[in-house]
Amino acid sequence: MTLQPLGIVVAYLLVALGVGLLAYRVGGSDAEDFYLASRTLGTLVLLFTTFATLLSAFTFFGGPNLAYAAGPEWILVMGVMDGVLFAVLWYVIGYRQWLIGRARDYVTLGEMLGDRFASPLLRALVAGVSLLWLFPYVMLQQMGAGEALRGLTAGAIPYWGGAALITVFMIVYVMVAALRGVAWTDTLQGLFMLSVLWVAVVWVVSAIGGVGAATEGMIAANPDFAALGGGLYSPQFIISSAVTIAFGVTMFPQINQRFFVAKSATVLKRSFALWPVLVLLLFVPAFMLGAWAVGLPIEVPEGANVLSVLLAEYTPTWFAALVVAGAMAAMMSSSDSMLLSGSSYFTRDLYRPLVSPDASDRREAWIARLGVAAFATLAFLASLTRPGTLIEVGDTAFSGFALLAPPVIIALYREATTRDGMLVGIAVPQALYLLHVLVPATTVPVGNTTVELLARSYGGWDVALAFMLLGAALTVGVSALSSPSFGEDADRFAVGGD
Amino acid sequence: MTRSIRDWLWVLAFAVLITFSVPWFLWGSSTVVAGLPIWLWWHVGWMVVASVAFALFARTGWDRLMGVDAEAGFGTPRRGGDP
Repeated sequence: MTLQPLGIVVAYLLVALGVGLLAYRVGGSDAEDFYLASRTLGTLVLLFTTFATLLSAFTFFGGPNLAYAAGPEWILVMGVMDGVLFAVLWYVIGYRQWLIGRARDYVTLGEMLGDRFASPLLRALVAGVSLLWLFPYVMLQQMGAGEALRGLTAGAIPYWGGAALITVFMIVYVMVAALRGVAWTDTLQGLFMLSVLWVAVVWVVSAIGGVGAATEGMIAANPDFAALGGGLYSPQFIISSAVTIAFGVTMFPQINQRFFVAKSATVLKRSFALWPVLVLLLFVPAFMLGAWAVGLPIEVPEGANVLSVLLAEYTPTWFAALVVAGAMAAMMSSSDSMLLSGSSYFTRDLYRPLVSPDASDRREAWIARLGVAAFATLAFLASLTRPGTLIEVGDTAFSGFALLAPPVIIALYREATTRDGMLVGIAVPQALYLLHVLVPATTVPVGNTTVELLARSYGGWDVALAFMLLGAALTVGVSALSSPSFGEDADRFAVGGD
Repeated sequence: MTRSIRDWLWVLAFAVLITFSVPWFLWGSSTVVAGLPIWLWWHVGWMVVASVAFALFARTGWDRLMGVDAEAGFGTPRRGGDP
């Protein structure tokens, strides 16, 4: 009985795989088609593939879990600021990159910067940093899937089993489908998930007597939940999370690469305007379900996903399985976007320039696939150690990526930026942030007071915010002090007219 | 390139959109309206406002703020295009 949902999940994943295969047959086989679907994605597909890439374990399971634990204000943090701020960055970074990328046929961020600053080192640095932070984010999907299946099957499938299942699907999928495949399934899954999520809300809410009753129950269980702020949600926390997430998202390989793939400026414009509405449609129901669950007589075991438990309790087994299957498939396809983009960073920006400049395309394709398999397997092994909650792991990755954003924005807009400025502006904040992530905080006595060193936040502010400012200052400052090296060409980033 | 007042108004509009994405003036308020916290209703309305503002911007300010010469056909689609 408890294994029946597993059948639904596996069947769904196989169908998603089939769609990917179909798309692959439609597309060409060169690198630009493999990674960028030949820059031909239309509004619906671009919007949903970007959207579905955000439909990760972080939003699906981490968000409701946090709303369940701390209150529904996460809607504001994740949804609104990410919705508005990310949309603005979509224009500021995305449109600019699209203009530059289209004129010069770039496929990756590292390639674009490396070409402009005539620096294979910068190219490798950007790729290396991106792959580094991609690792915890892939892990996050495996952790989310492990918990989701365990919750759905009431423990019949252990945590590692679910994590292993999604890892296998991820690897197989990325091997057989390319961006076109990923984008197609993203679109189907984005639409599917939005619909089932709303069905789930209607189902659960009608079972517990309406929205008013659900909110009353929530307030009765925890009066603090209806109030804006309080508990975890300080202004510092809200601003820190929103800024690091929004800037971080733009530098994720799979999102950043999407900036190159739009068919026309019109596609970018439409996606930009629809973005806040899509964010609204997804996050409000998902996170309110998590918050309402507080007032319901359900038991959420330590480490379990509140959404799976809630659905298992209030909806039929097949429906709960369908939602979890959809969520896992969405996570799978977002992981695939990540792995696919990651592999293009690896082969184009690291392997080819540094190891084997004249490797054949065939060899490069194999290296990419082996790299994906190794990367996903290592992330799977690391996910078994359960290094933190979904939100904690995700937040670390977002902040790491966010540090890349200020130097990149400056490079896109300031002609006076130099290679040295970029190298220092990227490397120094990354090194400092890594130190804060990897080394535990220590308290040092200074006079008759104590100072905390290497903490992740100071006075409630994420330490990554300070490093973002530092990165911007270093990029501008070092650029002013150094002169352009041989081969640097600011004209490569000119977008005409200015 | 010199910026016109209209360009700066867009920058201001974006700043306002971002700043009030969180209804700071409702901080601590636990008023419930029609079954949902009042700040959630603000969120719903604000997202719609943002979407409308973005759509307007995409129509009017998009290429000018980026300094792209839309006349040259660089920033606009080559065929088909906006209604």
